Amino acid sequence: MANIISDETIEYVGILAKLELSPEEKEQAKKDMGSMLDYIDKLGELDTEGVEPMSHAFPVKNVFREDVVTNQDMREEILKNAPGEKDGMFVVPRTFE
Amino acid sequence: MSKQYETVIGLEVHVELATKTKIFCGCSTAFGGEPNTHTCPVCTGMPGSLPVLNKQVLEYAVAVGLATNCTITQYCKFDRKNYFYPDNPQNYQISQLYLPICRNGKVEIETDAGKKFVGIHEIHMEEDAGKLIHDEWDDCSLVDYNRSGVPLIEIVSEPDMRSAQEVIAYLEKLRMTIQYLGASDCKLQEGSMRADVNLSIREVGAKEFGTRTEMKNLNSFKAIARAIEGERERQIDLLESGEKVMQETRRWDDNKGESYAMRSKEDAQDYRYFPDPDLVPIVLDDAFLEEIRKKQPEFREEKMRRYKEAFDIPEYDIEIITGSKRMADLFEATVALGGQPKKVSNWLMVETLRLLKENNMDPEDIRFSPENLAKLISLTDTKAINSSVAKEVFEVMFAENVNPEKYVEEKGLKTVNDEGALRKTVEEVIANNPQSVEDYRNGKEKAIGFLVGQTMKAMKGKADPGMVNQLLKELL
Repeated sequence: MANIISDETIEYVGILAKLELSPEEKEQAKKDMGSMLDYIDKLGELDTEGVEPMSHAFPVKNVFREDVVTNQDMREEILKNAPGEKDGMFVVPRTFE
Repeated sequence: MSKQYETVIGLEVHVELATKTKIFCGCSTAFGGEPNTHTCPVCTGMPGSLPVLNKQVLEYAVAVGLATNCTITQYCKFDRKNYFYPDNPQNYQISQLYLPICRNGKVEIETDAGKKFVGIHEIHMEEDAGKLIHDEWDDCSLVDYNRSGVPLIEIVSEPDMRSAQEVIAYLEKLRMTIQYLGASDCKLQEGSMRADVNLSIREVGAKEFGTRTEMKNLNSFKAIARAIEGERERQIDLLESGEKVMQETRRWDDNKGESYAMRSKEDAQDYRYFPDPDLVPIVLDDAFLEEIRKKQPEFREEKMRRYKEAFDIPEYDIEIITGSKRMADLFEATVALGGQPKKVSNWLMVETLRLLKENNMDPEDIRFSPENLAKLISLTDTKAINSSVAKEVFEVMFAENVNPEKYVEEKGLKTVNDEGALRKTVEEVIANNPQSVEDYRNGKEKAIGFLVGQTMKAMKGKADPGMVNQLLKELL
């Protein structure tokens, strides 16, 4: 494996992803990430000189909607996806800035 | 303090656009709905949902860009800004980093220090987040996603401002411009315009910028001015005592008049932006830009200049009237319907402003139509009603937009021009007030005022005071 992921990097990625990893999981994640980066490096071998970066696979542009209300109240349906419900709202762990 | 410091300020201004629906879905943006009744799979970030851009958002953003002398990015895209916070159900905010819709603009501001330009670095389109409510009882937080996906533009200035006064002038300028475009009502108190202040200080003459802080939670012009003064002092104190300014985000507490550092949302501000694959590129041709350009209204400065030439009204009136698009539209429409400019301006400047203030309303909340104001003015012009009745009718019109002609007719408020009836009342008043009559005859001129008052009262206010005066003098 050409790419070696450091302990600091896996720690940092864990913080960004809000994941708490056990020491074993960290080792596994380091290996997985390393091999993913190796794969990307392989793609990097291609000559992309003069090729525009692409963010979409289809040559589609300018897809708009008109400013017209089309959605009715669907709170009941939406709240079925909530981890918990109270007073018509999603209940989440206490979060305060 | 021996050293002289200069304050360097740049602003990030978020403006909520006045669309009917959200930026990427057909949910209503109306205020005051029950929690989560304006939500759908798109604005609650459900897997498999597909955002589609509201065309009106794009048009407003371009209109604001053109009005602030920006270059419009004719090939533009959306990016994802990644962070975890429960007010953001997708775990990313759809925003623009690489190709924002507008760049390199400027607006002219005027303060006591003179005129200057403030540069606009960029304007980008993005979505608002939901609202978090903290539940003290259950030790949890509750989320309402009605605001999630409400369209915003963020206007990022260059660090071109040097004082609180310049900051206020810049914000006023933006507010006027955007209100005139109808793109937002820009109310700081209600949060449809929000300003974050980036501030640093440096010694006068220094070339490099100092370390800046970002101040949040500023919801009035006064709070902004106080926060700027407070932060300038805080940074000067730090430097004077040999400490360093930390680059951080601070929250202003206007009640205490001080700020405190916020815990950062992440240990690092690493948003890992990348192009949003759900949203296709926006390609704008010159014809589209021209179309938006043609729709640009006459802005405040031009309007003020035109009013000065066209209407014989005081400069102060012009300033107040053009200070609100609603007010200016009302003024012009009423004048076009035949109202004499001076009189129209008077109704707006005196009675309208008084009632707005009493009812704690903004000019944007005015309900009466120019047609009805023109009718009221015409009723006074033809002396069909006197001025105190006119004020009374105006109050009803202000509250309910009643047709003054009908109202006056229905309530029987027309001035009695029947001299016979008036003469009879005057005779009665003279007969019933011998003391005042005697006073007047003995040379107490003022006594006639009392008699006029009594006559007006007997006529239930529906007489022309001039005519009453004349009749009294004649009969005494």
